[in-house]
Amino acid sequence: MNSATTTAPLLQITGGYKTFGHVTALNGVDFQLYEGEIVALLGDNGAGKSTLVKVIAGVHQLDAGELRIDGEAVHFRSPADSRGAGIETVYQDLAVFDNLDVLANMFMGREHRTPRWLGPLGYLRNRQMLAAWKTASAELQVTIPDPRQPIGLMSGGQRQAVAVARAAAFASRVVVLDEPTAALGIRESRQVIELVRSLPERGMSVVLISHNMEHVLQIADRATVLRQGRVVGNAAASKENEHRLVSMIVGSPQR
Amino acid sequence: MIRAFIERRSDPGTEHAPAPPGDGQQAASARLLLAVIRLGPTLLLAILAVVFTVASPYFLTSGNLQNLGAQSSIVMALALGQLIVVLIRGIDISVGSVIGFSVVFAAVVGGTGNGWQFLLLALLGGALIGTINGAVIVWGRLPQPFIVTLATLGAAAGAAQLLTDGTAVVGVPELITTIGGGELGPVPTPVLLVGALGLLLWYVTTRTQWGRWLYALGGNPEGATRMGLPVGRITMAAFVISGVTAACAGIIAAGRTNTATPLAGTGAELDSIIAVVIGGASLFGGRGTVVNVLVGALILGTIRNGLDLLGVSPYMQQVAVGVIVLAALELDVIRRRLEERVKRLTALEVER
Repeated sequence: MNSATTTAPLLQITGGYKTFGHVTALNGVDFQLYEGEIVALLGDNGAGKSTLVKVIAGVHQLDAGELRIDGEAVHFRSPADSRGAGIETVYQDLAVFDNLDVLANMFMGREHRTPRWLGPLGYLRNRQMLAAWKTASAELQVTIPDPRQPIGLMSGGQRQAVAVARAAAFASRVVVLDEPTAALGIRESRQVIELVRSLPERGMSVVLISHNMEHVLQIADRATVLRQGRVVGNAAASKENEHRLVSMIVGSPQR
Repeated sequence: MIRAFIERRSDPGTEHAPAPPGDGQQAASARLLLAVIRLGPTLLLAILAVVFTVASPYFLTSGNLQNLGAQSSIVMALALGQLIVVLIRGIDISVGSVIGFSVVFAAVVGGTGNGWQFLLLALLGGALIGTINGAVIVWGRLPQPFIVTLATLGAAAGAAQLLTDGTAVVGVPELITTIGGGELGPVPTPVLLVGALGLLLWYVTTRTQWGRWLYALGGNPEGATRMGLPVGRITMAAFVISGVTAACAGIIAAGRTNTATPLAGTGAELDSIIAVVIGGASLFGGRGTVVNVLVGALILGTIRNGLDLLGVSPYMQQVAVGVIVLAALELDVIRRRLEERVKRLTALEVER
C-alpha cells in the first residue's frame, strides 16, 4: 500500500513493557506506524490495546522498551509532550467536555488569546476561533448547526465528529483513535469513518482501535493484533484476511 | 462472536425508540425547560421580591434595601470564591474561619494604625489559608477538598484565637470601617466592593482562557488531564482565590462591627455553599455562573430579611432555606436528565 516501508517508521515501539501492580499490560510489544498509514490495533478486551495507545498519548510511560519517532527515541512525560510532538488522541468516552460549546472543545488548551504577556489570563478571541473553526470544519466536512451550542446536547456522532475534527486540525503527524464509532448509529458511524479515511491525504498517519471488524477492513491499511500484552501478528486489513485476523484475536489455531 | 457483539453495540436505542413523529417537538420543549431552569434563580428572586413587597410595606423602602445589600455582601463575597472552587468539583469549608483569621492576622501582625497595610495583610492572610488548602490537595496528593478544608477550618479558627489570646481587637482602621459600613450615595460601600469583585470574576470566568479551563476541569477532570491542561496549577489558583474572597468578606465584617474578632464568620461557610447551590451551580462541577451565584446569595439574604419583617420565627426561616436548597439540588438532577433526553432525541433525528 505504501512505499515508505524501507525508511524508518514514523512511530515505533520496541520491546514495550508495562505493568500495573501484578498485571502485565504490555509484555514486550513491537509496533510500527509508517508515514501515511492507517493501522488498526485489534485484540480482545485486556489485550493491551488501550495501554499501548495511552503510552503513545503520554498518559502512561513504558517501564521498559523504547518509543521512537522518526527513528529518534522520545520520552513523553505527560499528554502535553505527546501533543507537542504532533500526536493527537481521541478517547472513547473522555473525548469532549459536555458542559462547554463546540468552539471551546475544538480549541481546548490551544485557545486563541490576547495579549500574550497575560498568559492564560488573556482575553479569548472567540471571533478568531469561530473563523478558524469554520475553515477547519468546511475542510473536514464536519457539519454542526451551531458551534456555540453546548456539546452535551448533541448526538454521539456530532460529539465524536468534533473530537475527531479537533485531533485532525491540530495533529501534524499522528491521530490516535480509541473506538471512534462505538455507540454510534449507522449513518453517524459512516460520517466519522469518512473523516478518518481522509486523514492520510492530509499528511497524517492513524492508529485506530475498533471492535468493529467491518469498519477496520473499510479504513485500515494494516492490522496489528495484540493478545495478552504481546503482538501476535500483523496483516493487511483486507477481506481475505478477515478469518485470519479473527483467529489471531481469539487465539485459535489458524486453518 | 465478535460480529454479534458489534451489531448489538452499533445501533443503540432504535428498538425502544418512541413513536416517530414529535421527536423534534419533544427536543424543543426539553430545550425550553432547560432555558427556564437556567433563569431559575433570577425568577425566584423576582417572585420573592414581589411577595415581600406585597406582604410588608417596609420591604421596598430604601433603608431596608440598603440594609439587605450590606447584610448580603458578606455571603456574596464568600459565595464568589466558593463558586470558583465548586466549578472544579471542589468545596471550601475553611472560608468561615478565614473571615476571622484574615483580619486578626492583619491586626496582630501589622497593627491597626495603617488602613492600606491592614487591608493588604488581611488579603494576604486569606491567600495564605487558600495556599495551604491548595498545596495539601495538589502537592500533598489529597484530592478530598472537603476533609482538607474541614481541617483548615478548625486550624485557622484556632490560630486566630492563639493570635489574640482569645480576645477581640476592638477598633480597626478608618479605611476598613468605610469599606464595611460606609455609603457612596445611596449604595453601601460593601455592595460596591462585592460588585467590583463580581465583575472581575465574571470577566475571568467567561472571557479568559483560565476561566474556560476551570469549566473544562470541573466538567471532565480526566479529559482535562489528557488534553494537557495544567490541572494542578488551576486547582491551586482556585483555592487561593477562595481564600482571598473570604478575606474580603472578613474585611467587610470587621468594618461593619469595627472589630477584628476570631469568632466572626462562624457558620458562614454553610451560607456560602447554600448561596452557590441556590444560584444553580452544580456540586458535580463545571456549571454555574458568577451572576447566578450573586443572585443566589441575594435570595438567601432576601428570605431572611423578608421573613424577619413579617415577624416569622427564625426557626421557620431555617426550614424555608433548607427546602429551597433541596429544591435547587433536585433541579440540578432534573437538568441532567433533560440534557440526556435532548441528546437522545437529537441522535434519533440524525439517524432518520
